[in-house]
Amino acid sequence: MIRVLGDFDLAEDAVQEAFAAALETWPRRGIPDNPGAWITTTARNRAIDRLRRERTLRDKTETLDQLAELETLGGDETDVSQIPDDRLRLIFTCCHPALALDARVALTLRTLGGLTTPEIARAFLTSEATMAQRLVRAKRKIASAGIPYRVPPAELLPERVPAVLAALYLIFNEGYRATEGPLVRSELCEEAIRLTRVLVRLMPREPEARGLLALMLLQHARRDSRVDPAGDLVLLDDQDRSQWDRSMIAEGLDELDQAMETQHPGPYQVQAAIAALHDRAARPQDTDWAQIVALYTTLAAMSPSPVVGLNRAVAVAMADGPGIGLPLVDALQDELDRYHLFHSARADLLRRLQRNDESAMAYRRALELATNPRERTFLERRLREVTAPSPGT
Amino acid sequence: MQYMLLIYGDETVGAQMTEEEGAKLGQAYGEYSKWLADKGWMRAGDALHDTSHATTVRVRGGETVTTDGPFAETKEQLGGYYLIECENLDQAIEAASKIPTAANGSIEVRPVDAM
Repeated sequence: MIRVLGDFDLAEDAVQEAFAAALETWPRRGIPDNPGAWITTTARNRAIDRLRRERTLRDKTETLDQLAELETLGGDETDVSQIPDDRLRLIFTCCHPALALDARVALTLRTLGGLTTPEIARAFLTSEATMAQRLVRAKRKIASAGIPYRVPPAELLPERVPAVLAALYLIFNEGYRATEGPLVRSELCEEAIRLTRVLVRLMPREPEARGLLALMLLQHARRDSRVDPAGDLVLLDDQDRSQWDRSMIAEGLDELDQAMETQHPGPYQVQAAIAALHDRAARPQDTDWAQIVALYTTLAAMSPSPVVGLNRAVAVAMADGPGIGLPLVDALQDELDRYHLFHSARADLLRRLQRNDESAMAYRRALELATNPRERTFLERRLREVTAPSPGT
Repeated sequence: MQYMLLIYGDETVGAQMTEEEGAKLGQAYGEYSKWLADKGWMRAGDALHDTSHATTVRVRGGETVTTDGPFAETKEQLGGYYLIECENLDQAIEAASKIPTAANGSIEVRPVDAM
């Protein structure tokens, strides 16, 4: 549809209108045999309506041409269903290398993940105004530079895939640890998994796509134990491991094995291997922390980032004690000062070292930055624990 | 859509070329132009004399100020262009990637804003 319309906003609006229509129509008349085709047909009809309306306003030959081309696509649903997956075309358009990386990811989240601009801004640790502007610029460039709406041909895939994977992983992460509302937004995680599966089917020999799918499955398998009945966060150590989704873990391990057989390691495969070590431990004390530290060291060499550094420092604290891990965490202060998980990780190490006053300060700083109410509840509970007068004083 | 492919390269490299190397590059450009024409994308294209032949013109306060050379000193200079017409940016990128200078210089792809 974008290919025909050449106007990203118009196509996006039409698809959104079609989804709204689906929500009204489906409960009454039942879900059509091919929902994807139904959406595409409805969206095309809505776009034709809009173009007709606009035709009366400005008599542009261009608009007329687009209209003619749309109508020749026909109203036959079986015709439209030939499109393998409209969403996949959309994601490759959103992730075109001619767009800046941050714009690609933001656009994908906005268009495919259905996130609001404020949610995306928080996911990127940036302001709402900056994010809104980034989205507008990216959409304008898609239209003005003639970025095609399609899944790229095979020879272009290697240079197009990494940006798509990064976008999918960020969608998953937003669902895994939402900035607003319930802590886990399973529908976002499942959407990211669904899109990644499609990508793996399309590129069965791309080990990092498979590695990413494995990573998502191995993390999402723990979804039911990550929140307690009240909806509050439960840390890995305190989770009821009998609730973990064993079949999803098995599927994740299988995907990871298949990815590693190609002998082309990458950051997603390494992260999946870390998740696998957690999933395999029957009890928290069975976790192979030394191996996890080694994997984080590998990851830091492949894709250095302060967040990877933080995870590595926490793993070191688990393997060798909080006193060894804390200086590694402290070294990241400048880069991660605005990241609430930095302060909560630091607070936790200080708590375990019984440096309660410093721990309380760090929890307060984390509370200033944390937006999810469930995470805030957790941090407040921890803050009360470290500020309570300890027995014997 | 129409795209301008602006060819940037280090012109001192061209100046130091042997006659044989120059002929080879000329032949590569000839083959490229033919490929572009066969695709049906070619609209215009030329090489430019190097920047020592350039004149920069500005009008300030109604007065025309003419200076020697290009506007700014950079490592890569505009050395030529193609104007192409094709379907989308991917085709324009394909066309740009085949320009001989893309191997050591860079090609800026700019969609033409038709007036």
